[in-house]
Amino acid sequence: MRIAVASGKGGTGKTTVSINLALSLGNVQLLDCDVEEPNCNLFLNHELKKVRDVVVRVPFISKDKCDLCMKCVDICRFNALVKLPKSLMLFPKLCHGCGACSIVCPQGAINEKCRSIGTIERSVSKNCGTELYQGQLNIGEPMASPIIHALKTHIDDTRTVIIDSPPGTACPVISAITGADYCVLVTEPTPFGLHDLSLALELVKEMRIPHGVVINRCDLGDERVDRYCAENSIPVLMKIPNEMKIAELYSQGIPFVLQMPHWKVNFVEMFRQLQELAGRC
Amino acid sequence: MPKQITVISGKGGTGKTTLTAAFASLANKVLIADCDVDAADIHLILDPISTSKLDFYGMEVASINEDKCSACGLCVERCRFAAISKELVIDAHICEGCGVCSLICPENAIIMKEHKAGEIFRSATRFGPLVHARLGIGEETGGKLVSMVRKVSSEMAIENDIDLIIIDGPPGTGCSVIASISGVDLVFIVTEPSVSGIHDLERVLEVTAHFGIKAVVCINKCNINEEKTSDIEEFCKIKGIDVVGKLPLSDIPIKAMLGSQTVIEYEDGIFSGAVGDMWRKIMACGTLMKNETKF
Repeated sequence: MRIAVASGKGGTGKTTVSINLALSLGNVQLLDCDVEEPNCNLFLNHELKKVRDVVVRVPFISKDKCDLCMKCVDICRFNALVKLPKSLMLFPKLCHGCGACSIVCPQGAINEKCRSIGTIERSVSKNCGTELYQGQLNIGEPMASPIIHALKTHIDDTRTVIIDSPPGTACPVISAITGADYCVLVTEPTPFGLHDLSLALELVKEMRIPHGVVINRCDLGDERVDRYCAENSIPVLMKIPNEMKIAELYSQGIPFVLQMPHWKVNFVEMFRQLQELAGRC
Repeated sequence: MPKQITVISGKGGTGKTTLTAAFASLANKVLIADCDVDAADIHLILDPISTSKLDFYGMEVASINEDKCSACGLCVERCRFAAISKELVIDAHICEGCGVCSLICPENAIIMKEHKAGEIFRSATRFGPLVHARLGIGEETGGKLVSMVRKVSSEMAIENDIDLIIIDGPPGTGCSVIASISGVDLVFIVTEPSVSGIHDLERVLEVTAHFGIKAVVCINKCNINEEKTSDIEEFCKIKGIDVVGKLPLSDIPIKAMLGSQTVIEYEDGIFSGAVGDMWRKIMACGTLMKNETKF
């Protein structure tokens, strides 16, 4: 079963929920799909080993063959190719690697080469068997989605898979949560939390992914998130209080279930509940 | 050209929008641009009245004309983004709009269609004009929309004789962040003293360095972990980055937010005082001075 943990708003506790759920269940696969800012391993502290580079294909123009006809410049919808007086210039970060330029080149002057935009790393815990795959986008690179797609090729569907998604509701989130059997939306009971939760809900509804809500720092703010969930018949799976001890453990990179073991029971119970809700029981 | 400051953080939820709104209420004459387009929240505090709206068109999306299609499957094979299913259905969320399918279709059955991906609003608030946007759910043109919000903001600032734009940026380090910070005069980074906060700060500082943009740092919730706060200060000192302020963990931002107020409007105390001090330090940054002295 694939469980995605998403949120809309950043900093609501996606990684906290993903890590603590993973450690409470044990022997799961955890995918850190927040490839712009991967944080899961800060809490696991495992030794990461690089699995591979994630590459996109970019054009490589043979100057000898190119007659500057401009067909490639015109066909590129990402403005990645620009004509200079005596040559063509590629802006590699704008290139999506679609291959249109090499298709239209009448001289056969365009080949492709691979360009690395990030990495995939892996670690396995000796204690609980939790396997982490983490993607990381290189600094200055704009496109997160190819890394997320590459990460997801490592999913082992014989296991429970937890997917820590990036914040927001745009393309990287879609890449991360596509194919999930259940989506846990983490929010906080504030006006920002509620507003961004409502956007994330629109997304999971449109994608037809069964979903429920975890309210983090539940004693802050006001009742509006609770009321909203009740009115829209969205299950509230868990509430995590705004405790200084939890915040301190978080700041040190310690998953709170390790120091507050009674919480493990709550996470295991939440898992049982969402298996039922996903119709996977 | 108006001067521009972008507020970012790497990690989400550190207080970007709270501080952007507070700065808006402290600035004399300012335009606010909300570039966190897929979780735009600042309007919840600024209570804007929209004066005009623009449609935002993202990349075009492929569309198959079933009458012409011979179901040869070449498009499925050649699409590098796996946006076309075996049943020849195009997933508009996945389609990147590259046009390869329409280029190679032997029946000319695929055309590229204009696709509305969001809206941009020009609004008025009690602190000055606000330009904000709404990206359609699951759209992929975040960076492009951010660039358009910034373009509209610059034009509007010039029209209204405003010489400062404050940009509320998105979390992360990818396309929306790059589009939010390119060419600005100062990046203001809000972090928190946690392992995640520090990790994400280090990465966004690499991004600002990569693009050669001056950055300053604020440590929010500094009393959650005093040791990590010292670590951040030490790290910034080594990197030559100014820490322009430290704010304690407080319930003031949330209380203010519940009443749609900035922290400056909500109270006149230690917290808002610290935000005010920070604002004065930011305005004294060389890259923001109106008449930069040139020797």
